[in-house]
Amino acid sequence: MPKVIVEVMPKEVLLDPAGKATARALQRFGDGEITDVRIGKRFEITIDGEITPKTLEHIAEVAKGVLSNDVIEDVISIRVAD
Amino acid sequence: MRVGVITFPGSLDDRDALRAIRLAGGDAVSLWHGDHDLHGVDAIVLPGGFSYGDYLRCGAIAAHSPIMSDVVDAANKGMPVLGICNGFQVLVEAHLLAGGLIRNDHGTFVRRDQKLRVENVDTPWTSGYTQGQEITIPLKNGEGGFIADDETLRQLEGDGLVAFRYLNVNPNGSLNDIAGLRNARGNVVGLMPHPEHAVEPGFGPDTPAAMSSGTDGLAMFQSVLRATVLS
Repeated sequence: MPKVIVEVMPKEVLLDPAGKATARALQRFGDGEITDVRIGKRFEITIDGEITPKTLEHIAEVAKGVLSNDVIEDVISIRVAD
Repeated sequence: MRVGVITFPGSLDDRDALRAIRLAGGDAVSLWHGDHDLHGVDAIVLPGGFSYGDYLRCGAIAAHSPIMSDVVDAANKGMPVLGICNGFQVLVEAHLLAGGLIRNDHGTFVRRDQKLRVENVDTPWTSGYTQGQEITIPLKNGEGGFIADDETLRQLEGDGLVAFRYLNVNPNGSLNDIAGLRNARGNVVGLMPHPEHAVEPGFGPDTPAAMSSGTDGLAMFQSVLRATVLS
């Protein structure tokens, strides 16, 4: 069945403590070329039937209303999985 | 006076909230997240805990549970609603209160007896305090950092919608030391610290007088009983 991928990231201006802690851990590897990490979310949504513009409209609605909180996060992409 | 406490999957302070209501002299009524029934209560408490395991975002899934549409309707008609900790997160996710709550800036869970200043006593949940009163109640959270954009923050401060502010220590990186908020109408209040854990001598925060003797949270539940009698 076809899937829609939604990606949500914490807003750029906000502190992302989990990303920061991970960045510090990654800095122990390599030559110090890693300077920052931000952690977001990826949702894989399975659709029953064909994906129509209406499906994507509905996904956009729930992405904005449920999957993300626009006070702290941005929906950065909604796309049909290959 | 009947005060309801909603139990969500993963709520853990619902029984403490029910007990606090009884100790304040009210009738405590258990409400269930999956119902569309407020059982004729006069006020509602959304308790602390980890509803839905904090999946998606703290409070986000609970904010879309069946009973919440009834809570939003009741709140919009003026019913007093209090959100404690996870309950505060649910109210924010339900857009009944402004801003958002994110992971503590230091990245760890914090548990401490927290001093607060009561910043606004013009609500049914805070009318039993005096303006500027300093109280100590327990705080315990991993995601209690209050954030909002500059414009929202200016509005909250300008309109006097900050209900409680952290004193001495900002335990989680909350902007402007904000520990709790009210809505414009005043009937909806949310805070991260736990008034229901400071209602009975022997089980509250330490005070200069005696160990575990702090009961500074009780006035919040007494306030709403008085307010609902008067209204």
